[in-house]
Amino acid sequence: MNIIKKELLSGNEAIARGAYEGGLKAAAAYPGTPSTEILENISKYQEVYVEWSPNEKVAAEVAIGASFAGARALTSMKHVGVNVAADPLFSFAYTGVNGGFVLISADDPGCHSSQNEQDNRYYAKFMKIILVEPSDSQEAKDFTKNAFDMSEQFDMPVMVRTTTRISHSKGMVTLEDRKEIPLKPYKQNVQKYVVMPAQARRLRVTLEERLEKAGEFSEIFPGNKIEGNGKEFAIITSGVGANYAREALGDRATYLKLGMTFPLPKKMVTEFIEKHKTVYVIEEGEPFLEEQIKALGLNVIGKELFPNMGELTATMIREILLNEPAKKNQDLFRAEDTPIRPPVLCPGCPHRGVYRVIRRIKNATDAIVTGDIGCYTLGVLAPLNALETCICMGASVSAAIGFKQMMPDRKVIATIGDSTFLHSGVTGLMDAVYNKAAITLIILDNSITGMTGHQQNPSTGFTIRNEPTYKVDLEQMVRACGVQHVFKAKAYDFKGVEAAIEKAIGINDVTVVITEQPCVLIEKKKEIVTCQINSENCQDCQVCLRLGCPAISKQGDGTIAIDQTMCNGCSLCIQVCNFDAIERVGGTNE
Amino acid sequence: MSKTKNILIVGVGGQGTLLASKILGQVALLSDLDVKQSEVHGMAQRGGSVITYVRLGEKISSPLIEKKEADIIIAFEKLEGIRWLDYLKEDGTIIINDQEIYPMPVIIGAADYPENIFEKLEKSSNKTIKVNGHELAKGLGETRALNVILLAVAAKLLPFEKEVWEKALVDMVPKKALEINQKAFELGWNL
Repeated sequence: MNIIKKELLSGNEAIARGAYEGGLKAAAAYPGTPSTEILENISKYQEVYVEWSPNEKVAAEVAIGASFAGARALTSMKHVGVNVAADPLFSFAYTGVNGGFVLISADDPGCHSSQNEQDNRYYAKFMKIILVEPSDSQEAKDFTKNAFDMSEQFDMPVMVRTTTRISHSKGMVTLEDRKEIPLKPYKQNVQKYVVMPAQARRLRVTLEERLEKAGEFSEIFPGNKIEGNGKEFAIITSGVGANYAREALGDRATYLKLGMTFPLPKKMVTEFIEKHKTVYVIEEGEPFLEEQIKALGLNVIGKELFPNMGELTATMIREILLNEPAKKNQDLFRAEDTPIRPPVLCPGCPHRGVYRVIRRIKNATDAIVTGDIGCYTLGVLAPLNALETCICMGASVSAAIGFKQMMPDRKVIATIGDSTFLHSGVTGLMDAVYNKAAITLIILDNSITGMTGHQQNPSTGFTIRNEPTYKVDLEQMVRACGVQHVFKAKAYDFKGVEAAIEKAIGINDVTVVITEQPCVLIEKKKEIVTCQINSENCQDCQVCLRLGCPAISKQGDGTIAIDQTMCNGCSLCIQVCNFDAIERVGGTNE
Repeated sequence: MSKTKNILIVGVGGQGTLLASKILGQVALLSDLDVKQSEVHGMAQRGGSVITYVRLGEKISSPLIEKKEADIIIAFEKLEGIRWLDYLKEDGTIIINDQEIYPMPVIIGAADYPENIFEKLEKSSNKTIKVNGHELAKGLGETRALNVILLAVAAKLLPFEKEVWEKALVDMVPKKALEINQKAFELGWNL
C-alpha cells in the first residue's frame, strides 16, 4: 500500500528533495542567500556526492564534469553567482549533457540580502537553455525532478529559477520515493565535448534544433496550464507573481499560469490572448514574459502598469486592477519615531576590533578602504564607518589596485574574509603583485563562511559533511603569490592588529595582514566569561559605546551596562576603556 | 476553519521566532489545513529585525501577509511590535513581549527608543495583550523558552484544541528541550 507522505518544506528543501527523488548523483555549490539551504539539504542524502566549491564557476564545472560522466548533476547558487558561473554554462549549452543537469538560480527581488536584483530568467534565454519557474514548494520539488528528464530528453542544461519568497517560504509537499538512475555510459566524444571553433559552429546549429524541440515540449509541459474561469480579468503569470495574482483577484480572473517560460509555449499563449479582449501579464521583476509575448506580435498589458523593481504584492495588484484605495497606516506611532534596526556585527564578533583599527588608521592617513561581500560588509555602518566600496565577491582586492594605480600617493587598504578571498580575491592579489600595486590586503580570517550561516570552505579543514580534510594555508598561499611582507595578528588583540596594519601600510610594496579569530558563533567555550562595567570607575566617556557592540548600551538611568546574556568576553571594550572601568568576570577565557 | 488566519511573528534576530512558526506550521499539518510560512534569512539574522509570516486556511495562495491583514501579531520585542503595526487588522490582536532591545542607532545615541508604547497601544482599536515573557521565562530557568510562552498566548486565540498544540510541541521541539517547553506552553496558556 502506498501511504501518501506530506511534509511542510521550504522551496529550497523541496528542490533538494526533488533532486534526490529524481536520481541526483552529484551536487556542487558555493553558499549564497537565498540558495544556501539547497546544498545543505542535499548533503543529508548519502547517495549523492556533494561539495562546497570555492566559487560558483568551479561548482558549475564540477557538476558539468559529473554530467559528462553520466550522472544526474546539479549546481545551485544565488542570482549573482550565475554571473561567476556564466562562462562554462554558456558553452555547456552547446555541448549538451550526458546525465541530466540542473542549474538552480535563486534570485533576490527586493535585495533582501544581495547587492542587486538582476532577473536571471534572461540568462536562460541568453544561454539558450530551458527555464522553469516554480511558484511554490510543491512545484519546486516537481519541476526540479522533471528537469532531469527534460535535460536528458533535449540534451541541454535546465535552469530552475526561484526567488527569495519561493526559496524561503514553506508549503505542503507530497513526498515520493527516489528513482535510482545508474550512470549513463560515457564514451570519449570530441565532437560533442570539445568546443573548438569548428565543432562549436556545428553545435551552434544543433543547439537551435534542440531548442526548437524544447519549445514544442513547452506546449504540453504540465506546469503550463489554464486555471480558473473568472470573467473579469485574463492574466498570464509565472513564479511567485502567480500567488499574488490569485490572492488579489481570486475567482474573478482566468489565469494562464506558466511553469516553463523559456522556450515559451507560443501556441498556448497565442490562443489564450486571442480568446480574451484584454490580457494582463503579472510577473515579478523585469518584463521577461511580456517582451517574448510582444515579440510574437501580440498585445498584452504589463509593465506600463506594474513596477519592474522590488517585490510584487497582492495589495499592489488590487490597487492597480481593482482600484482599491491604498491601505491607511496606523497613526499611533510615526515612522520617524521608530528607529530602524540595521543588521549588526554580533557581540564578540572578531571583525569589530579590526574595523575599529582600520577606521582610526584611515582617518589618520587618509587611506582608501575597499570592502567585499560577507558579514564584514557591515563595517560600512555606524559606528565603524570603515569601508567605502562594495561591488561583488573579490572586488575589494582588484578595485584597490585600480585606486592605487590612479592615486599612487594615497594608502589603499583592501579588506576581505577567508571564504571570499578563496572565492575570487586571490586572483586580484596575484595581479597586485604582478603589476606592482602597493596595496595592503587585510584578510579577516574567521575560519568559516559566516554571513550565509556557517558553511565550511577550503581554509576550514572540513567538508560539507564535516569530514576532516586538508586545508589551504592562507599565509603560504599569499606568499606563493609573491607577496614578500605578510603579518599575522589575533583579531581580539587591538594593539597587535594595530601594529601589524601600521607596519604593513608603511611598506611601499604589496603587503598582507591576516587577522585570525574563529567566528564567535562557532567557537565552543568551556567557561563562560563576560565583561562588566565597574560603575565606580566609569567616567561616562562612552568610548565603549562607540565600538558598536550590541551588548553595551546606555540604560534608562543614564548608566552604561553590558548585557550579560549577549557578552562573550571578547574584551575589546576592556581594551578601549581608559579608566579601568570594565572588568572580566568568570573563568579564564581559554 | 472557514477563514484564513494570518499570524505575523516579529522580533530581533536570535530571539527564537523560528521555532514558534515551526510549531504553528505543524498545528496546521495535524489539522489537515493548508499552510504557508515565509521568512527572510541572511543579513536579517545579524541582530536585525526579523519577521515570519504564517498563514493557515483551506487554501493559501500568497506566502505573505500584507498591510491590515494580520489577525495576530506576536511581537517578541516592543519596538518590533510597533514597527509592524500597520500590518494588523483594525480588530486584530497584538501580543507584545515587555522587552526592549536597543537597536544600534539608539545605542550610539543617534535615535531615541520610543516611549509609552503600551499606553499608546491601549488607545488603538486593536486588542493588546502585554506579556512579561522575559521574566516568566527566567522564572522557568530558561530564557529561551520565551518563544513558546508567547506562542501559547496566541494559541488561545486560535481555533485548535489544546491537544493539537501539545502534539505539535512533541513533534517539533528537540527531545532534551521538550519538558521545559511543555512547561512554558502551560504557563502561557494559563496566563
